[in-house]
Amino acid sequence: MATSSVYTPAGFNFSNQIRNTFLQERGVPLPKATSTGTTIVGCLFKDGVVLGADTRATEGDIVADKNCEKIHYITDSIRCCGAGTAADTEFTTALISSNMELHGLSTGRKPQVVTAMTMLKQMLFRYQGHVGAALVLGGVDATGPQLFTIHPHGSTDKLPYVTMGSGSLAAMAVFESGWQPNMTRDDALNLVKAAVAAGIFNDLGSGSNIDACIITATHTEMLRNVETPNERVQKERRYVFRRGTTAWKTESVRKLIVNEETTIIGGDAMDTS
Amino acid sequence: MSIMELNGGSVIAMVGKDCVAIASDLRLGNQALGLSSNFQRIFPVTDRIYVGLPGLGTDVHTLWEKFRFRVNMYTIKEEREIEPETFAHLVSSTLYEHRFGPYFIEPVIAGLAKTPSGGVKPFIAATDLIGCLNFAKDFVVAGTASSKLFGMAEGLWEPDLEPEDLFETISQALMNAVDRDAYSGWGCVVHVITKDKIVTRTLKGRMD
Repeated sequence: MATSSVYTPAGFNFSNQIRNTFLQERGVPLPKATSTGTTIVGCLFKDGVVLGADTRATEGDIVADKNCEKIHYITDSIRCCGAGTAADTEFTTALISSNMELHGLSTGRKPQVVTAMTMLKQMLFRYQGHVGAALVLGGVDATGPQLFTIHPHGSTDKLPYVTMGSGSLAAMAVFESGWQPNMTRDDALNLVKAAVAAGIFNDLGSGSNIDACIITATHTEMLRNVETPNERVQKERRYVFRRGTTAWKTESVRKLIVNEETTIIGGDAMDTS
Repeated sequence: MSIMELNGGSVIAMVGKDCVAIASDLRLGNQALGLSSNFQRIFPVTDRIYVGLPGLGTDVHTLWEKFRFRVNMYTIKEEREIEPETFAHLVSSTLYEHRFGPYFIEPVIAGLAKTPSGGVKPFIAATDLIGCLNFAKDFVVAGTASSKLFGMAEGLWEPDLEPEDLFETISQALMNAVDRDAYSGWGCVVHVITKDKIVTRTLKGRMD
């Protein structure tokens, strides 16, 4: 089949590469992308897995988003927390989620967590660390609850409790002192909340609220903003300007409502009696 | 010198009560030298969606033509106008396509989405230069004055502003921010989008 002239191939486009490397060689540094200097955690419990994340996105030393979502959907019973370059975690998990759906349809079975883990590590290894995604992958499948971490270069770990991102040290300290095998659902959720809170309060790259996700064999519960320990208080004064404060030079109004008027030209009006 | 600061320029968008506003300065410079005081970097996508493209001047035009093309293709294929959220994902995917050789633009999107009941819902979003979406409920900022705009907007914005009040708030936030940024300024333009009209005003401000 002949492709139309407007066809754009799938995958990355390197058309700006020559220009951008030229600029870089001339000593112009490439700008920073949004990164999620993050606390993401996961832990296994008696009948499933709990994932947790903070909700701060940063651009250098600026907080770009105070309430972003870092727990990404992979399948109904698999979720993935992302740290690192925000766009990379977003698009990598979306791509793998889409491929997992197709894989499930083609095999006619519920896809396994290792499948997602393998897809992710193979993709990240292919890009040699240039796709800067650090992930915590968790879910429940036919082989039971599963929990993995995936590093940007494609290495993986399989552990009962894991942390990633800039707040990983604070969160891991909580896990190391509090984690036990075969915890109850509530104990596991409280431990995850405490681990993320440790990241939020002790790591500058993490902040705002806590998101959690509890996955069991029968049910997945996404707890968006399960704790909001940094709620903004009501402003004590209103800072609205009196109308007409701002001086303006020109104004143009684009009306979106079309007025229709019927004018009868000649002839008799229709007999409506 | 960073490439994002070569030509200067900033954009801000805010949500109001059944309305949104998007505003930008009008400066195009070559580092400290001002070249134009009428450089439009906000473009109408549909009747109810506007996009602001602060960043490298050459990429402002290249990207806008790319978006215009892709939105036209969408409109022809789907036989309907694109919704703001869909457009935001189009912007995001277009930028991520260039992950390893990016356009030096941080787009800001403002529009009114249609609700099933026939009403409108305000929508704003911003992305970084490789397409990481940020759906904010209050305001989004981008450009060389972004750090100052964050401060102004954080202090001045409040929920459910009427279109006239939103105009004052966004204008004051923008003007006071760009006055503290050497690379932004030289005039401002503000678009306030409501259900049945779009009011575009150019502001009277400092020209230094």
